[in-house]
Amino acid sequence: MTDATRRAAEPLFEGTEWTFDRLHRTYDAIEVVAREDLGLDIYPNQLEVIASEQMLDAYSSIGMPLMYPHWSFGKRFAHEERMYRKGYAGLAYEIVINSNPCISYNMEENTMAMQTLVMAHAAFGHNHFFKNNYLFRQWTNAETILEYLEFAKKYVARCEERYGEAAVEEILDAAHAIMEHGVFRYRRPPRPNASARMERRRERDAFVEKSHREIWRTLPKQPPARLVEDEDPDEPVKRSELKLPEENLLYFFEKHSPSLRPWQREILRIVRNIAQYYYPQKQTKVMNEGCATFVHHYICNALFDKGLLTEGAMLEILHSHSNVIFQADFDDKRYSGINPYALGFAMMADIRRICEHPTEEDRRWFPDFAGTGAWREVLKDAWANYRDESFIRQFLSPHLIRRLRLFVLNDDAKLAHYLVSGIHDEQGYRRVRDALARSYDIGMIDPDIQVVEVNLKGDRRLKLQHTMQSGIPLVEDARDEVLKHVHRLWGYGVTLVGVERESGEKRYEASINLN
Amino acid sequence: MTQFIDRRQNPKDKSLGNRQRFMRRARAQIKEVVNRSIKERNITDVASGETITIPTKGIGEPRLRHAQSGGVRERVFSGNKQFSTGDKIDKPPSGGGGRGKEGADSGDGEDSFEFALTREEFLDLFFEDLELPDMIKRALLEVKTWRRTRAGITTVGSPTNLNILRTMRQAHSRRIALRRPRTVAVETIEAEIAALEAKARRTTDEDKRLATLQAELERMGRRRRAIPYIDPLDLRFNAYQARPEPNAQAVMFCLMDVSGSMGEREKDLAKRFFILLHLFLRRRYDHVEVVFIRHTHEAQEVDEETFFYSRETGGTVVSTALAEMARIQKERYPVAKWNIYAAQASDGENHSGDADRCIALLDETLMPVCQYYAYVEILDEREIEIFRNAPDGTALWRAYRRVADSWGNFAMKRIARPADIYPVFRELFAPRKAGQPASRAPAP
Repeated sequence: MTDATRRAAEPLFEGTEWTFDRLHRTYDAIEVVAREDLGLDIYPNQLEVIASEQMLDAYSSIGMPLMYPHWSFGKRFAHEERMYRKGYAGLAYEIVINSNPCISYNMEENTMAMQTLVMAHAAFGHNHFFKNNYLFRQWTNAETILEYLEFAKKYVARCEERYGEAAVEEILDAAHAIMEHGVFRYRRPPRPNASARMERRRERDAFVEKSHREIWRTLPKQPPARLVEDEDPDEPVKRSELKLPEENLLYFFEKHSPSLRPWQREILRIVRNIAQYYYPQKQTKVMNEGCATFVHHYICNALFDKGLLTEGAMLEILHSHSNVIFQADFDDKRYSGINPYALGFAMMADIRRICEHPTEEDRRWFPDFAGTGAWREVLKDAWANYRDESFIRQFLSPHLIRRLRLFVLNDDAKLAHYLVSGIHDEQGYRRVRDALARSYDIGMIDPDIQVVEVNLKGDRRLKLQHTMQSGIPLVEDARDEVLKHVHRLWGYGVTLVGVERESGEKRYEASINLN
Repeated sequence: MTQFIDRRQNPKDKSLGNRQRFMRRARAQIKEVVNRSIKERNITDVASGETITIPTKGIGEPRLRHAQSGGVRERVFSGNKQFSTGDKIDKPPSGGGGRGKEGADSGDGEDSFEFALTREEFLDLFFEDLELPDMIKRALLEVKTWRRTRAGITTVGSPTNLNILRTMRQAHSRRIALRRPRTVAVETIEAEIAALEAKARRTTDEDKRLATLQAELERMGRRRRAIPYIDPLDLRFNAYQARPEPNAQAVMFCLMDVSGSMGEREKDLAKRFFILLHLFLRRRYDHVEVVFIRHTHEAQEVDEETFFYSRETGGTVVSTALAEMARIQKERYPVAKWNIYAAQASDGENHSGDADRCIALLDETLMPVCQYYAYVEILDEREIEIFRNAPDGTALWRAYRRVADSWGNFAMKRIARPADIYPVFRELFAPRKAGQPASRAPAP
């Protein structure tokens, strides 16, 4: 942009009221900056204006425009509604869905300035991230997610009709309990190739149903025969088929549980696919929000520089921008952990600074790009190829550590005090950076639980193993409740054993027995 | 490529189904909390829904999560002030939240869940398994009143119901269809004939023309006579139907002793009792009217404000209030149209010798027309211990007991504290009080 065009244009809008015409014009202006200046690559956008009740609805069905029915969504709704009505929590200005076209919800209560910010944030920032980040590209299928949810919703409704709400609720409860352990972490998911496989499955079910002959029902049941089959030493196939150990519990039960019926397996599959869809989001919170925040900040400033935003609008935008990236100190009442918006935005702004105005220190730490000025390329590369953990490990600069005054606290349950093991000084940078990166490692956040063994010869007991990191236990009440659900899915006894990762030492064992 | 969609008009209750599922799931806990809160809370608030907190048992969503303590872990915080590497900080005693809201993300660790019930949900739970006694009358009354409602158009009917517009429209179209000569056309020809005839001398052309015109006029006249302007076929009438109407209105008489012996406390208790009954009636009936009758040694109908808040002096003659109620009922609330309820509150004092008159009024005039008559006697906290179940008491109480014995729809109770009201109320309106405990709906 040259100085001649600077602040020459008419503002896009004045006052606070938004209209669809203004939205269109503003969107177009944003798009110019996003594509030509930042060079963002986005899915086509679909922007929907909704009322606050609809926002609450969207909240409670985990942000999805459609979802199968379940009481837990009602619980979430009741909770959110109360928080909102009491004024404890404002609603998000927007919700954005990783789909193609990329759907974002804008609240009708937003002022025009807020709509501008929200469009830049969601329709361009998040949208670019969804389309380009490797995790999303690899693990989720933006093309078909809505179609799949449509199928899921109908399928669950049909099951409720045929087998009763209670039966469906039971299986969904159980599936939700191990939802976090229904994703493939370490190997690629068997690509759903969605509709084709679903179709095949439905056909198979239909065939089973069609070929069901009333007369066969009168034959004596033969479950023992299968047990014998399993025991047969000539058939080691069975065990190898299980592919133990298995990290994806939902997948394991879907394929191998001896006691589930086809529709129950299909429901497990639905929950598993949704869990898998959310898996990348969990790992990229800092980056995703950082990217969107950086983008809206850059775009709004660019529009302002062009004279397309009034000072009043810009002031309002900056006000909510600074609210969003507020980071409280650890001893502040408002502190609730590191704010992903703050951290993400600060890191990305810092990358730009390092590219444009590096210090000696920056040149030492980031020789690859310090001073090159090519911050757009560096950022786009980061957005595409990193997740929170690796992003922090790679890009957190000493400068930023000092600015946020980060420090590491060691907490050993056996000791009566915490130990400050690193602060924002020359000796501590790497330590702080490592610790912060690790705290965003999905492997550290979710407990590592795998199916390790199935007793095929005896009572079919299922053995799960919790590989503990540095002795960190599970919440015990919840653990026992979850085991009951697992028992429901497996149909036979279940044991969970906690084993220390380094030493291999057994720390605890919890069991649910057959009935 | 880019689309803006206005979804604001889309249905907003997408979560309603899930909310109901949740309510069903947590029903037992919610019910318990609601019952408890009704006992304790100021009854004027009852109508306005409320925030309740229920234990998460049964509605928890257990997940495998790392515990907040135990093992060795590292945490990163922002905003260091004075710490340097190697510093040791004492832990706060026994898991206290000394470090900000560290436990904020634990979520499921909490053992209670808080959310708001709407007014409807709250009242539904409140009134659940209550049923107005002796609802037979209402059931019988269901088809008692008839109302004429329009039911379209018919071809037969009485002249008063003639629908002129429709009839004329019908006639008009018939006339057009049958080509009945229009009056305007006739008049034009007549005018032309008159003009021709008026001429002193006519050419042969004009004579010819006159002849055709006269022939035409005659043809028209014949046709007009054959095709009437309005035919019986055209008549259209408004049709009416008598529709049965459920008797959905109720009147509630509130009777209260306002003599000096009724203090603030007594009036307050009485008020709560009335409000509760009123709320209940409002749910049952579309339209509920309330009549306030206060009495000392004489009775008068007053507005609500005066009823509860103005002070009166004088003696106490209960029968005056009953007589006043009988009068008002006869004047304004015929039994055929109204379901009549009465609620009376008093401290039990009455002019000696008035009891018999009360019995007579109730037995002969009031009880036959009332759906239900509830009497509460407001006692001292000390007195209630003595009188709780005693059959005898004040003269009025003894007299009313005789009424209660002969009328199933007469109920009486003694109360002393706000917390007593709800149990009394429940008992008053418990389904089929006497004799059939088995028919009570089992608590879910």
